[in-house]
Amino acid sequence: MARRCRVCKGAPVIDLRQHNAAFCEEHFLRFCRTQVSKTIEKHTMFDHDDRLLVAVSGGKDSLALWDILLELGYNTEGLVIGLGIGDYSSQSTQTARRFARERRLVLHEVDLEAEHGFTIPGAVAGSSRVPCSACGLSKRHLFDRVAREHGFDVVVTGHNLDDEAAVLFGNVLRWQTDYLARQQPVLPAGDGFPRKAKPLVRLGERETAAWCVLRGIDYVLDECPMAEGNNHLAFKDALNALEERTPGTKQDFYLGFLRQGFEHFAPPDAEVSARAALAACTSCGAPTAGERCPFCRLRDNAARESTPIELGRKDH
Amino acid sequence: MKVLLRSPRQELDVEGPTRVGDLVTSLGFHRDAVLVIVDGRLVTDDVRLPDDATVEIRRVISGGAV
Ligand code: SF4
Ligand SMILES: [Zn+2]
Ligand SMILES: [Zn+2]
Repeated sequence: MARRCRVCKGAPVIDLRQHNAAFCEEHFLRFCRTQVSKTIEKHTMFDHDDRLLVAVSGGKDSLALWDILLELGYNTEGLVIGLGIGDYSSQSTQTARRFARERRLVLHEVDLEAEHGFTIPGAVAGSSRVPCSACGLSKRHLFDRVAREHGFDVVVTGHNLDDEAAVLFGNVLRWQTDYLARQQPVLPAGDGFPRKAKPLVRLGERETAAWCVLRGIDYVLDECPMAEGNNHLAFKDALNALEERTPGTKQDFYLGFLRQGFEHFAPPDAEVSARAALAACTSCGAPTAGERCPFCRLRDNAARESTPIELGRKDH
Repeated sequence: MKVLLRSPRQELDVEGPTRVGDLVTSLGFHRDAVLVIVDGRLVTDDVRLPDDATVEIRRVISGGAV
């Protein structure tokens, strides 16, 4: 028998095997909004008085996130970062601009190369550094900085259930207990860093993509070329193989961790307050444990790498 | 029927009719990793596709590890 919308019994546009349900367009969109507002409330991420800075990449997750937050009536502005990853980055910036322009939204922009003199491919060329780690570090630094400079209360990112489940899987495989102790959908502000929230952690990436298709949101379909073959994709693939056999596996894994697992890794409060005090980076002023923050070190190394004198350093 | 894959763009010829879910798994995709689009609309796994259909299978997995 053909499936029907769980709510209205109308013709469905999507089936969600993990919820053993199908939904028509209207009720699927409502389902997504409810999942997001539930997440925001349950984890007290932010409220309607807060100013939100949305990290936008032009991909399905960040645009779905921004769209949903607007629908829920939150006060948002966007930030897109030009990472200098060839066509992928230009598409990403253009798509974010178009989304903002069509909706008359404020979009902040930072271009790594123009403003900081390096690109992600340039920063990892000739070193054994993984592109995603250099890239993630740069993005976090710049989100924090823009949030600080413009007085935003919280940085929101489009990490979805698949992202979080894959990261959790990786952290468990290597028992990275310090990471497990921090894997939360909201991190409070502190030490000069703004609050961070991930309102999409209850939606899978198939759902965020479907949201964009149904809402007519044009997003970047091409994958970042630097992601190819990384562990994160392998973890997602492994989890999707399990999900194929047992729908709901990813959700149980991640939400179960939040419910029952996390507390075993979280440091006691005393330890948190005893953490080494951070000082200002001597180069950019960002809070850091070292003399210069990781972003400034990355930038300075990239500048050094790009001078053609040093030879024979391709040692990976 | 014509099956269009995105990034990388690829076009396949597959014999129909078939159900959406069967098409997806027969091409080696996990069902949670794709959306299936026919004439600009999302379709569910149980929909039967005629032999003359044009179908887009869109991967939804992104790679960023941040
Ligand atoms: S895949 Fe990696 S390198 Fe590419 S944008 Fe995402 S984090 Fe950056
Ligand atoms: Zn319905
Ligand atoms: Zn610095």
